[in-house]
Amino acid sequence: MTDAPLHRPSTGRTITGQANPGAVVGAGQPGTGIARDPRRLPPGAGGRLGGNPVGPYLQVAPMALTFALFLVLPILAIVVVSFWDYDSVRVIPDFLGTNYSELLFSSVTWRIYLNTVKFAVLTWALTLGIGFTVAYFVAFQVRSATSQMVLFLVCTVPFWTSNVIRMISWIPFLGRNGLLNSVLLKLGVVHQPLEFLLFSDFAVVLALVHINTVFMVVPIFNSMARIDRALIEAARDAGANSFQILLNVVIPLCRSGIAIGSIFVVTLVMGDFITVRLMSGGQSASVGLMMANQISLLQYPAAAANAVVLLVIVLIMVTAMLRIVDIRKDL
Amino acid sequence: MQDGRRSLGYYLLAGFFGLYVLFLYGPTLTIAVLSFQGPDGGLTFPMNGMSLHWFRNLFARQAVGDFGGSLRRSLALGAIVMGLTVTFSVAAGLAFRRRFRGATLLFTLAVASLIVPSILVSLGIGLLFNLLGFEPAWYSSALGAHLTWTLPFGLLIMLAVFNRFNPFYEEAARDLGATSWQCFRHVVLPIIAPSVIGIALFGFTLSYDEFARTLMTAGSFNTLPLEIYGMTTNITTPVLYALGTLTTVFSFLVIGTSLGAVLLLRRRRARLGNDAGKGV
Repeated sequence: MTDAPLHRPSTGRTITGQANPGAVVGAGQPGTGIARDPRRLPPGAGGRLGGNPVGPYLQVAPMALTFALFLVLPILAIVVVSFWDYDSVRVIPDFLGTNYSELLFSSVTWRIYLNTVKFAVLTWALTLGIGFTVAYFVAFQVRSATSQMVLFLVCTVPFWTSNVIRMISWIPFLGRNGLLNSVLLKLGVVHQPLEFLLFSDFAVVLALVHINTVFMVVPIFNSMARIDRALIEAARDAGANSFQILLNVVIPLCRSGIAIGSIFVVTLVMGDFITVRLMSGGQSASVGLMMANQISLLQYPAAAANAVVLLVIVLIMVTAMLRIVDIRKDL
Repeated sequence: MQDGRRSLGYYLLAGFFGLYVLFLYGPTLTIAVLSFQGPDGGLTFPMNGMSLHWFRNLFARQAVGDFGGSLRRSLALGAIVMGLTVTFSVAAGLAFRRRFRGATLLFTLAVASLIVPSILVSLGIGLLFNLLGFEPAWYSSALGAHLTWTLPFGLLIMLAVFNRFNPFYEEAARDLGATSWQCFRHVVLPIIAPSVIGIALFGFTLSYDEFARTLMTAGSFNTLPLEIYGMTTNITTPVLYALGTLTTVFSFLVIGTSLGAVLLLRRRRARLGNDAGKGV
């Protein structure tokens, strides 16, 4: 049932046919955008391929159904409820714009959205710098494939452990009587414990970087691993120094990895609330935290309006970043 | 980087990498050490003796809310999410090798599922269940919420695998008379097995550690991350660290087992997979 590409070698559009050259060429074609999906399927093409024409539909049905039930319908529910009315105990079906007007015409909202964007930009810049450097070291400076593999895993393993616990782990480190403060006091660098280390914007950004850098490392490393080493040698032969190679060869060729990493980091930070709540100790706010508070006060329509606005902002940001990369082709 | 000796740049980058690893693991190691605090120890250094007091405290029921129950629910949910993620992703991955209507739509949905903020999914599913009059529970609403996070990873991994998959193996099997099922079971599956284990790892650990998506969807019984989160606000003893250490050790065991299995499969394939010219 998976024989379809085999019987049509002449079209050159088989799965392997378009994927293999993608290793280098794909990374080097800028600006293709998501619209040009090479495997976009013309309607009705399934029948010509032989095999059971319903096969693929049965195979994707469970996943499609899951997304329909637990992604599409819930988002529709949010949109519907965002127009409803509410009082302190219940929500009332209605068609009102007040949830949006209260949201958009409040200076608190704007401050919180700006604060969230600030977290996103800071975290994005730091994770990009750190993630790129780490990936560059592993991809280009470590020579044996086994060491590369091991170091890559060292960077990715924490991704599979609990974020909440990784945040809590900073407390003994950054607290008033924490490790960092005792060391600084002992060294005489400061004369009283630094208060800004924990429960501050500093702590929030630190934890966000701590947790999200992996989302930069993996796609950037992936892009770098696919760069043909002959290109770098050619640049060197042509007289480029390491910095010029980095700037003119490596960075352009891993722009897709950078874009994918950026999408992950920005969307995760824009929707974050747990990091902000735990690490700021109530000193700071984010859109996610605002929503969580509205939810805990049972103000579902207000939270829903907030969610719609947040979703629109995130989608605009992602669409902008997707102009740089065709995710499907760069897998 | 092409010549034999290491440049200054190498050592600078290696130093940076070392600092990053320290940054990555340092805090976790700190609480691992602190979880062995003596009975009078506090949340920070210095250590006040060494003991297993807080680990024992963890299992004594009165100290922590419903640690045992939440752990059981998280393990069960993780296992279910893992099974469904693997099955759905492999099936969909196979479908994506052929043409079908809506392929682009499904792919877009998967990407959307990754980028829609978790709290939004959580709120949406909570509201939906509310509107329909269903009671949210970890095995229904939370299960769905977790799948919206794990399935995209599964699908993307499968697409990446099949992008590099050589269909000649299947053609060969088919020429030898294999049915579709035999072809899948004996040719495709062994080749993609390491990636399937990877998907299983994603499925289990992402569900086991998921917080935001569970918040509004778990219903009346907590999963472990919710329980831990609850503890952060009202527990000020190292029992929190003991729990953190145990969960992290457990995560490491799961990751280690999965990676070990992948390595084993790779080695087996390297040994058995290529008998060309060996007269086997």
